[in-house]
Amino acid sequence: MKVIEGLKYSKDHEWVKVEGNKAIIGITDYAQDSLGDVVFVDLPEPGETVNAGDAAAVAESVKAAADIYSPVSGTIIEVNTELEGSPELINEDPYQNWIIVVEINDASELDSLMDAEEYERFCKEEA
Amino acid sequence: MGRYVPNTGQDRKEMLDELGLDSIDQLFEDIPYEVRIAGRLNLPEPLSEVELVRHMRELAEKNETVEDYICFLGAGAYDRYIPSVVGHILSRQEFYTAYTPYQPEISQGTLQAIFEYQTMICELTGMEVSNASMYDGASALAEAVIMACQATGRKKVLMARTVHPQSRKVVHTYCRFRDIQLCEVGYDDGRLDVDELKQMISDEVAAVVVQNPNFFGIVELLDEIAEVSHSHGALFITSVNPVSLAVLKPPGNAGADIVVGEGQSLGNPLSFGGPYLGFMATSRKLMRRMPGRVVGQTTDTSGRRAFVLTIQTREQHIRREKATSNICTNQALNALAATVYLALMGREGLKKVALLSMQKAHYAYQRLISQGRCSALFSAPFFDEFVVTSPVPVEQLNEKLLESKIIGGYALERDYPELKNAWLVAVTEKRTKNEIDMLVERVGEL
Repeated sequence: MKVIEGLKYSKDHEWVKVEGNKAIIGITDYAQDSLGDVVFVDLPEPGETVNAGDAAAVAESVKAAADIYSPVSGTIIEVNTELEGSPELINEDPYQNWIIVVEINDASELDSLMDAEEYERFCKEEA
Repeated sequence: MGRYVPNTGQDRKEMLDELGLDSIDQLFEDIPYEVRIAGRLNLPEPLSEVELVRHMRELAEKNETVEDYICFLGAGAYDRYIPSVVGHILSRQEFYTAYTPYQPEISQGTLQAIFEYQTMICELTGMEVSNASMYDGASALAEAVIMACQATGRKKVLMARTVHPQSRKVVHTYCRFRDIQLCEVGYDDGRLDVDELKQMISDEVAAVVVQNPNFFGIVELLDEIAEVSHSHGALFITSVNPVSLAVLKPPGNAGADIVVGEGQSLGNPLSFGGPYLGFMATSRKLMRRMPGRVVGQTTDTSGRRAFVLTIQTREQHIRREKATSNICTNQALNALAATVYLALMGREGLKKVALLSMQKAHYAYQRLISQGRCSALFSAPFFDEFVVTSPVPVEQLNEKLLESKIIGGYALERDYPELKNAWLVAVTEKRTKNEIDMLVERVGEL
């Protein structure tokens, strides 16, 4: 299982890359592996607001449809429309293929997320 | 009774011994004596087989059916001819089961039949994707409304008053606890009032719902309504009569986003109201929002054509409370009847059924009007069902007709108080010229 240094991780298996006041959000390698072949990603409309922990998108695989939660509150400013035609990109490289970008309302919410080392331990405990 | 119980006296004794009990009664000791029935159940004496068959036949004979009566009643369920082949194929043991065997390993035949059903529904409606069928036309319409709200993220729906009154009730029920605001759009000359729709439409509207032909049998202005709906980002839902699709423009070509309907007309008997089947078709774009089962075609590990259920991940056994819908099944046997019916009829056959019904309905309408006892209420074009004003209250007229073994049309006043003495008459391909002439004659005698 691949975990990348420098990213923040949620207990729902999303990763967050912080750039200024923007949070780039995707799902982790652990998440894509559990889901299996992703066949559809239901993306939100840019401009929608989300609270931390809200379902912002849905990843649908051949065996499940899983909510993707936004780990931070804010406004969705960008969605990865490339996933509409090529949802399999999530399986190919979950860290390159982000899902949404959220403009962060409250940076302190990032503090409750895990770093790479903590997340790796978390996954081991879950498995 | 012994031979109907799957375990023998010896089996039961062994089970009781294992439990350390002497009799089955001991198993019920926890139930207070006061609430138990003492003695025998209050039932009549048992009957022999010959007595029972006679008794059942006597009960069945109390029913008045369309076998003995000439039926001009439609209003959602239609007395159409069902070729005998439908019954023969339906009752083959590979198909005739209480539940659908969905596992692809053992049910390729059933799955292929459903796949063919879906294909034919798509061809009829002009849509890209069909599901494997739903409970009935009314619940299919309600599911379409919910689907449109989920797809658009909006919570307001505009529905024509010319949609079947019972379907409207079902939609109201489904919407009540989902906070969906349902508004009804009035009619003008028997069809949806497009001007009123234009005033009511807004960017908050998830969908516009019409029935075609509508409850009065009249053909709605689908293209115009689609344009109004889409100009505000609302989806366009149509509930259609499948037989009419053989002669009318498919709703898919008129801009419909979701097409539903009652499938009874396709090879299913009236049966006092059910079981019937609903159908639902939509666009590729909305496919993943569609409730219910879908059968897909694929290849097995040896590269042979095979059929499987697909896009199940949004159903309730996987998504639980987040599922698109609570429907997680279909009306497989009724859908099979529809499939066999459509396959037997073919393109030309179904067109003949539709044209015959339409011509006969128009003949009946002309005769009723020219005779002078009934008067026209609407002038918009109709398919095979029409409205006229009866010379006397409709209940009185229908009672009179029953004496001549004729089941008269529907009293619209029940649902539309403003349509006094309005009589909704359906004429299917089964009605003969003589039967229609007799109807006109009886009406003339009033």
